Amino acid sequence: MSEDLYRAEGLRLSLPDLNRKPLWGPAPRNEILKGLDFSIRRGEILGIVGGSGSGKSTLGRCLVRLLQPTGGRVLFDGQDITHLDDAALRPLRRRFQMIFQDPMSSLNPRHRVGQLIAAPLHLHGVQDVRARVAEALDLVGFPQEMASRYPHEMSGGQRQRVGIARAIALRPDFILADEIVSGLDVSSQAQVLNLLERLVKDLGLTLAFISHDLSVIRRLCSRIMVLYQGEIVEESETAALFAAPRAAYTRELLDAIPLPDPQQVWA
Amino acid sequence: MNYLELKGLSARIMRQNHPLLRSVSLALAPGEVRGLVGESGAGKSMIGKAVLGILPKAVELTGGEIWLDGQDLQRLSARDRRHRIGQSCALIPQDPLTALNPSRRIAPQITDRLVDILGWERARAVTRAEELLHEVRIEDPARVMRAYPHELSGGMRQRILIASAFAAEPKLIVADEPTTALDVTVQKQILKLIKDMQARHGTAILFVTHDLGVVSKVCNRLSVLYGGMVVEDNDIDSFFAGPRHPYSRALLAATPKYTDPGASLTPVPDSVIAGVRGEIEAFDQRQAHV
Repeated sequence: MSEDLYRAEGLRLSLPDLNRKPLWGPAPRNEILKGLDFSIRRGEILGIVGGSGSGKSTLGRCLVRLLQPTGGRVLFDGQDITHLDDAALRPLRRRFQMIFQDPMSSLNPRHRVGQLIAAPLHLHGVQDVRARVAEALDLVGFPQEMASRYPHEMSGGQRQRVGIARAIALRPDFILADEIVSGLDVSSQAQVLNLLERLVKDLGLTLAFISHDLSVIRRLCSRIMVLYQGEIVEESETAALFAAPRAAYTRELLDAIPLPDPQQVWA
Repeated sequence: MNYLELKGLSARIMRQNHPLLRSVSLALAPGEVRGLVGESGAGKSMIGKAVLGILPKAVELTGGEIWLDGQDLQRLSARDRRHRIGQSCALIPQDPLTALNPSRRIAPQITDRLVDILGWERARAVTRAEELLHEVRIEDPARVMRAYPHELSGGMRQRILIASAFAAEPKLIVADEPTTALDVTVQKQILKLIKDMQARHGTAILFVTHDLGVVSKVCNRLSVLYGGMVVEDNDIDSFFAGPRHPYSRALLAATPKYTDPGASLTPVPDSVIAGVRGEIEAFDQRQAHV
């Protein structure tokens, strides 16, 4: 068993730019990821940071194969998943799960929490769904009664915990969390992040955490990768990055964070 | 004299005994920027909406007064009230995509207000709109005026809404989480822009946000809300030097600081929540006995 859960080699993705499509012939391609090389170690929490349009969500979607890369390779647990078809991916999918940014649009408003968590378990033909749902609720710190609630009856932080419960119910190896706290207020943010940190430790998960907010990432992630316009401009251990950011863009990201301090000079 | 003053404003969901605002009082001097801070559901947006007279249909005001420029708005007829608010107030909304009509070009979306409410000539309104787009540092105002919202980035759209809010030289702007949807570098530009425009035009702003970092950059004063009640009203420097209310202290502690390596993420503790809930109950009981 190798130390890396994920390896990306020269990962590229481009999409046709339909805004510039000529009347005849193919549209020019828009390069979103420009040849990324990196790996995600087992059990680590990797932070993926960048501004809007930097390609961080696209990268995440390539990892869980919601998008098919147009170049390079993605290896998951030693297996090349770059161009696997749906049928071949299906048994793997339960091993990499995703938590989405907006719980309101990723949770079916007509389903109760219990059904929401059970649905992927049914899809993957898991035995004893009831017990697994109960266990997932337990892990995210919900009382069992929560199973009969609808998403609209919950707060934003609670809905995000349903997203987490749904992802961990399948007992995956890897979870991709795409901006999952950006819509929450600071107190709920802290609750969700603390929960995630505990689960990674207790369940032995590997986590990739996408965010544009470096202050959130500092606490949670062991290693950080900074993306700018589809390229990795910096990759280092969290402490090192905050102590001495090497890339100019990282510096810019750090300087843009408004500290709760009226004395901070904002050039 | 204060430009805006709320005196004991209370609101609830129509025909339900569920208060959304509990006797909110605050004052805003001309050219002052006041932050309204709290967790989701604290009622901070509701205050802005009450001031602008755009409360959801299911919410009713149950007491208190809203004074705008020396006039009690509640005493005006609905038509006069709308007119008065329309002439002197504006809104910078949270989500620039839903606030702009996707099927219309930018130009009329800025100028309509000037023409319809203030009775300007269309040509004058267009010139003014271009000036403003220039002022919010949009490179090519003429092109942007002809563009549709989907052709522009989120930061550009938010700039347009800022330009359009300042267009009619309002005395008061309600900014409802104007940067929550943007990434940090764009947020910084937009906040500096709002601050800059505010200083130049001498506008008073009610700034709704949940981010105390943002408050410390743009506001002079702030009100901290919990459960529709103002728990602390303070000026910026003394607040960040030491908040008075335990809930404000906990909220400040929960705000992440990237500069502090040992900083832990501490949600507002249950004991603090219990304390402030107790205050709310006591308040509700006093109300019931009046």
